[in-house]
Amino acid sequence: MSAPTLADEAAEALAAGTTVAELRADKRVRRRRATLPYLLLAPGIAWLVVFFIVPMWSIVSTSVETGDMDTGFVLSWRWANFGDVWSQWHQQIIRSLEYSVMCTVFCLILALPLAYFIAFKAGRWKNLLMALVVAPFFTSYLIRTLAWKTILADDGWVVHTMNTLHITPLLSGMGWTYSDNSVLQTPFSVVCGMVYNFLPFTVLPIYTAMEKIDPRLHEAGQDLYASAWATFRKVTFPLALPGIVGGTLLTFIPAVGDYTNAVMLGGPKTKVIGTVIEQQMIGTGGNIPYGAALSVLLMVGTLVITLAYIKRAGTEEIV
Amino acid sequence: MAVVNWFRKHLIAIVAFLIFFFLLVPNFVVVWMSFNKPSGKYNVKWEKFSLDAWKNPLDDGILHDPLMLSLEIALLATLVATILGTMIAFAIVRHSFKGRGFVNSVLFLPMAAPEIVMGTTLLALFLNTFGVDFLGFKSILIAHIMFCVSYVVITVKSRLNGMDPMLEKAAQDLYATPWQTFWRVTFPLVAPGIGAAALLSFALSFDDFIITEMTAGNSVTFPYWIWNAVQKGIPPQVNVIGSLMLIITLAGIAVAEVPKWLKTSKAR
Amino acid sequence: MSKNTETSAAGGVAGDLRLVNVTKRFGDFAAVKDLTLTIPQGSFFALLGASGCGKTTTLRMVSGLEEPTNGRVLIGDHDITRLRPYKRPVNTVFQNYALFPHLTIQDNIAFGLKRRGVKDVKKPVQDMLDLIELSHIGARKPNQLSGGQQQRVALGRALINRPQVLLLDEPLGALDLKLRRQMQIELKRIQTEVGLTFVHVTHDQEEAMTMADTIAVMNLGRIEQLGSPTDLYENPKTTFVANFLGQSNLLPGKASGTVGEHLQVTLEDGSRVLIPAARNHASGDEVIVGVRPEKMSIHASVDEVPDGRNVLTGGVVTDTSFVGVSTQYVVKAAVCDELGVFVQNDGAQIFRPGSDVVVSWDPSQGFGLDGKQDIEAGAEADLEAAS
Repeated sequence: MSAPTLADEAAEALAAGTTVAELRADKRVRRRRATLPYLLLAPGIAWLVVFFIVPMWSIVSTSVETGDMDTGFVLSWRWANFGDVWSQWHQQIIRSLEYSVMCTVFCLILALPLAYFIAFKAGRWKNLLMALVVAPFFTSYLIRTLAWKTILADDGWVVHTMNTLHITPLLSGMGWTYSDNSVLQTPFSVVCGMVYNFLPFTVLPIYTAMEKIDPRLHEAGQDLYASAWATFRKVTFPLALPGIVGGTLLTFIPAVGDYTNAVMLGGPKTKVIGTVIEQQMIGTGGNIPYGAALSVLLMVGTLVITLAYIKRAGTEEIV
Repeated sequence: MAVVNWFRKHLIAIVAFLIFFFLLVPNFVVVWMSFNKPSGKYNVKWEKFSLDAWKNPLDDGILHDPLMLSLEIALLATLVATILGTMIAFAIVRHSFKGRGFVNSVLFLPMAAPEIVMGTTLLALFLNTFGVDFLGFKSILIAHIMFCVSYVVITVKSRLNGMDPMLEKAAQDLYATPWQTFWRVTFPLVAPGIGAAALLSFALSFDDFIITEMTAGNSVTFPYWIWNAVQKGIPPQVNVIGSLMLIITLAGIAVAEVPKWLKTSKAR
Repeated sequence: MSKNTETSAAGGVAGDLRLVNVTKRFGDFAAVKDLTLTIPQGSFFALLGASGCGKTTTLRMVSGLEEPTNGRVLIGDHDITRLRPYKRPVNTVFQNYALFPHLTIQDNIAFGLKRRGVKDVKKPVQDMLDLIELSHIGARKPNQLSGGQQQRVALGRALINRPQVLLLDEPLGALDLKLRRQMQIELKRIQTEVGLTFVHVTHDQEEAMTMADTIAVMNLGRIEQLGSPTDLYENPKTTFVANFLGQSNLLPGKASGTVGEHLQVTLEDGSRVLIPAARNHASGDEVIVGVRPEKMSIHASVDEVPDGRNVLTGGVVTDTSFVGVSTQYVVKAAVCDELGVFVQNDGAQIFRPGSDVVVSWDPSQGFGLDGKQDIEAGAEADLEAAS
């Protein structure tokens, strides 16, 4: 649309009962108001685009390079990198997926009653209890994870009790531990640490969803012959489902890439893909394009699942 | 029979209590082990009580540099992320604009992504664009700001949503300009949310490890220092720092929640 | 508990609903105090009172959502006091309907049947939809329905289970006036048709009087008076009931002899009036004479007053309100500053404020209350009832 002529402006001003000057000022203000949101959004979103979205391209291009830090990198479009990493580390990839699934399942089992209790039974202690769920967060998670080494120590009280109750032989029978009287450096201790670290991520979205449920719906359920368990299955669970799905997502995906638990609480037999990526990207003798290729695999998987979720859930409630 | 009934009635509470126990026990272990005097390098087994670590929390200065670096980065990252995130939150809640879906997705993805992917992608970007010498304080700071923004947005957004939009309209009805309305009505009401967001951002940044490891180059933050020390042996001083962090956090919660709790008790 | 009552919640023993010495305490506060009540099977019963009087708490103790601190709840001989809500043959129509937002209307209505293990729910649900006249929109979700439609679904969802007692917790509060009147008639019709015991909790006295066979007026955790709407209205036993149901003119005085079957009371200004001795509930000498405003007539002078009526002279009209059906006067007299007189607008003379008037009524229409009671009791509650 070309700029209006003075004659047009005059006609408009006449019709509106004001002067051309006032009309121009009015339009300036409205334009400023309309651009305000974009001005507010720009810096932050630009930061995210440059330092989160753009790097996705960087890693893809790095994943098809050849070379190393000394000789430099060349973009040789070596798609074989992907084949290489799969054949070399598919066991670790699958292991990471297994651990994440176990972690997510147990996180859900623990998060549901906890969120339920705080949302419906805690009354005015709600906020305080949620703060307590999140508070451990605020102290270094590496130190806290290390505490599990003390808790699950071979000669510690916990493992003693597990031995007495014959739980440890059971676990090793199922392949979760490697001996009948110790649990450290096993899948069991790794998943234990993961559950501990990721539980708040599961609880928060589920709690948010449950908090919105009208407690009178529970009363209606009970009034209509549903026992407490039936009310949960038929009323609470379906209504909290969006939060449960969100919580599952926010637990599973980050867990797939996690390696701190596997290293600190695990051993050589529990190596996960995150550890491999760490070693390849910044370890000595690492192959950066290989590390990048593995990252790309992880990233693509993440994007596919997350974008599917966003499509299904809509974008309004997710942030 | 009465005992069984009591159990049935309070089943959920009992289960919840056990889960809380599960969540909080490691914290107690951290504090407990800070009073330990290990005979070797590893502080995993309780040996004897000692206040040595508390009297020498920086372990003869070894912990000084990593802690300072973590603090500096956390403070700066918090400052920037809080400002950027608050602006975004206001735009989302109070204004209409095109591209909401895009904005929401861009904000959600960093929360759902594995940290290692965020770390390696940034590392790739920095290596390709600037070379390996760029890695250090600057690169860590950039990364931290990036992943904190989303959390700030959520926190401020939720506070803003809880605020009656009619309050701003009422202020304007009473002759307040938009500028005055913002500073005299909106800001005071949103401030606790912004404060909480800043706190969250600080904690996320101070505590971050994986992304930091990827983008740190040769710099060492506090969590990175711990990671490197896992094999060599972690001194109880680390537990002291952890305990201090816990105490500060709990104190913060108490300060925030107790006045509210007292108010509601009196009102009953 | 017999197997019978566990598998078929709505079956089992029929009978009157009885509350025996029921008390409910929340900490120090007693919401319901030693309540004993029998609600005959198949009747339409109303619990009427202002907010905080304990009526909702009483209802919740019948449904099982609250447990009494003391006392028992029985249906017939079946003691249900300690039973969980899902084990009781009782259903509730909630104040805010509490429809399950994630289920369709059909699934909402079928909910109770399914929980009780009924296999084929299609026909009962369709029949119920026909009864509540929503047959064509069964597949919709609650948020797609109007308030009135939601209310009917809430009713259908409870009714379909044929409970022995149906509880209604102020179900018509959110509806507009016309719709409310319509639903009142509907509910009464359905109750008569199905023959279930309905217990209706409300603060709206007109609603209670329209629908209920028996009303219990509750105040501060106790029942003030129980009886048919006519009984309660025409022959209240306490000032609370007199003020809470409709309006009353309450004139304090002293008993001064009997005249045939009437009691003579001397009012504060010396006037002597008669009330039927059968309608006198005062235990001693101090009597408060009560007359409803619509029972009073207004006249220009004493000569125009027919014989045999109680007369109050020296009145001055201070307010005249035209309310369509009637004209409502406020008359300042020696015995009372604000006498209410309601006159039907049948073409009679309208008196403007300032006019000197005389007020009279038929002695048989008055009642007597104990002089020691609080004359204002129940009066502010009137504001609520009128809303």
